Amino acid sequence: MELSHKLLAIEKMQVKRSGLTRNLPWLVALAVVWTISGFATPLVNAYYFSIVIYVGINVVLAVSLNLVNGFTGQFSMGHAGFMAIGGYTSAFLTTSLRSFYPTLMSHPFAEQGIFIGALIIGALVASVAGYLVGLPSLRLKGDYLAIVTLGFGEIIRVFLLNIEAIGGARGMPGIPSLSSFGWVYTFALITVFVIARLTVTPIGREFLGVREDEIASEAMGVNTTQAKVRAFVIGAFFAGIGGGLFAHFLSYLNPSTFDFNKSFDIIIMVVLGGMGTITGSVIAACLLTVLREGLRSLQEITHIDFRMIIYSMILILMMILRPNGLFGTKEIWEFLPFRNFKQKKKSP
Amino acid sequence: MIEFLQHIINGMSVGSIYALIALGYTMVFGILQLINFAHGDIYMLGAFVGFFGSRYFFPGGNSSFVALVTIMLLAMGVCSIVGFAIERIAYRPLRKARRINALITAVGVSMFLEFSGQLFFGSDPKFFPQIYAPTADWSIGALKINPLQIIVLLISLTLMVILQYIIFRTRFGRAMRAVSFNHDLAGLMGIPVDRVISFTFMLGSALAGAGGVLVGLVYPKIEPLMGVMPGLKCFVAAVLGGIGNVAGAVVGALFLGLAEEFLVGYWLSTYRDALAFAILILILLFKPTGLFPVQTTEKV
Repeated sequence: MELSHKLLAIEKMQVKRSGLTRNLPWLVALAVVWTISGFATPLVNAYYFSIVIYVGINVVLAVSLNLVNGFTGQFSMGHAGFMAIGGYTSAFLTTSLRSFYPTLMSHPFAEQGIFIGALIIGALVASVAGYLVGLPSLRLKGDYLAIVTLGFGEIIRVFLLNIEAIGGARGMPGIPSLSSFGWVYTFALITVFVIARLTVTPIGREFLGVREDEIASEAMGVNTTQAKVRAFVIGAFFAGIGGGLFAHFLSYLNPSTFDFNKSFDIIIMVVLGGMGTITGSVIAACLLTVLREGLRSLQEITHIDFRMIIYSMILILMMILRPNGLFGTKEIWEFLPFRNFKQKKKSP
Repeated sequence: MIEFLQHIINGMSVGSIYALIALGYTMVFGILQLINFAHGDIYMLGAFVGFFGSRYFFPGGNSSFVALVTIMLLAMGVCSIVGFAIERIAYRPLRKARRINALITAVGVSMFLEFSGQLFFGSDPKFFPQIYAPTADWSIGALKINPLQIIVLLISLTLMVILQYIIFRTRFGRAMRAVSFNHDLAGLMGIPVDRVISFTFMLGSALAGAGGVLVGLVYPKIEPLMGVMPGLKCFVAAVLGGIGNVAGAVVGALFLGLAEEFLVGYWLSTYRDALAFAILILILLFKPTGLFPVQTTEKV
């Protein structure tokens, strides 16, 4: 009963518009991103620029984790593992191509094309890993799933530590720095677009059904294991993209970057924003990335690292006081009075 | 052959410390169905209480068995108070909430302990004072045994026997078992459920604190993040033995300690941390209830 109610409510939220007007805001946003990328990038201080880039990358990571943790109601703690696979794969491709075919990589268009290709290949490899992790472990529930995904993340890290071709514990230096403002935010937009759209397709509805009541959706004919695996694969794909962007911005990768603290960073963004809200994740990703840098300057004065303590306090207090996160499962525009008014008028 | 025996002794000694931590996991899970992620950090806290306690109470470095026992009791006391506080402040408000929320809180508490540990103790590793240091190794033929390892093993076994006694032979133990069977029914029978749960946390935390002191004795390098890996591994040990099953946790932990020791000693020394998770994944896939399952029924 509650499930069908929920699905109906989601159905109602859909405003029927033509394809062009529906996609127009995204295209405008894309144009704005590349305009800013073209004009404003050289003007900004390098430190502030790096914060802006990290905000974009964290948006990709948080929104993709929210698909698994928020929309599908599973609790993955291994997002950093998928990120590592995507990052290492794409970085390995671009660095080895640059060293074997330096002339090819010197051409700017070819370089950009190879970068995008490498990102997508990295993401595909990450999604294959997501499939391998998802298929067996998604028969597990709640806490067990959480700890198994954490375990897979750690196993991935230990394997990366032991692969000599990518530097092992020494890390992988000299990755071409190709993650420009334009690309990072293009991929952030793509991630948000795909996942926002996905939640209103039949596949996405299955995700929501699994979250709301697994047994009920199974009774309604949803293949819940398949739905969970799909969520995992798509989440891992975008985590791989995020990892690739991260690698090509930092120019250096080390397995210890992708330990479970990295996964927790992303989880905190999802929990703070609200599990099951895209705008919430986006806002939490911005907030926490900026907060971290603010705390870093505080740390320079006091020599005390408050960041993780504040993060953990956020987690505990959030769960006690506002367990659904800042936005719960609502998007930001659902809080606007105008929207409620319109809906009330429509329904008799 | 000698090397083999040496590995067995090392494995048993590590495994018995794992067992002390795994017991806390399995008791808390049995009673609340909650993975208390902070448990590994309570073990870290125990090591630090031992570190500061022995510097304060036994500053001359006069090592004796009495000193060891005093420090251990101190660590157990402090850890049980912290365990009580954690349950009271962080977990009790969420007892009726969804399990995923309790899990996130547990992760938060764990991170809070780790990083406030870094804040107060400093993030650099410290060397645990030798509060009990027998002079020479015992040698039986070519086999050399560090007496500390035997003492660790004996102390852990003693603590486990005491725990077994508390759970199965006392009124409070019976109350614990009743609460883990069903909270509401136990409450109706006049059992003070909240108090029993608090006591369970205190008991588990005390064992973890003892484990912290013992590990400091054998591997004297302690640091605020030392509890993360053992914490996760001991959870694996508890799952391996059938979570909620007290004797199973001990068997699982000893098995894990031995398996790690053999993996490192004979085969792949760099994959130590991956082994526990590989075991976890295999056990959850093929026998999710663990080796010694607790009977449960799942209702729709």
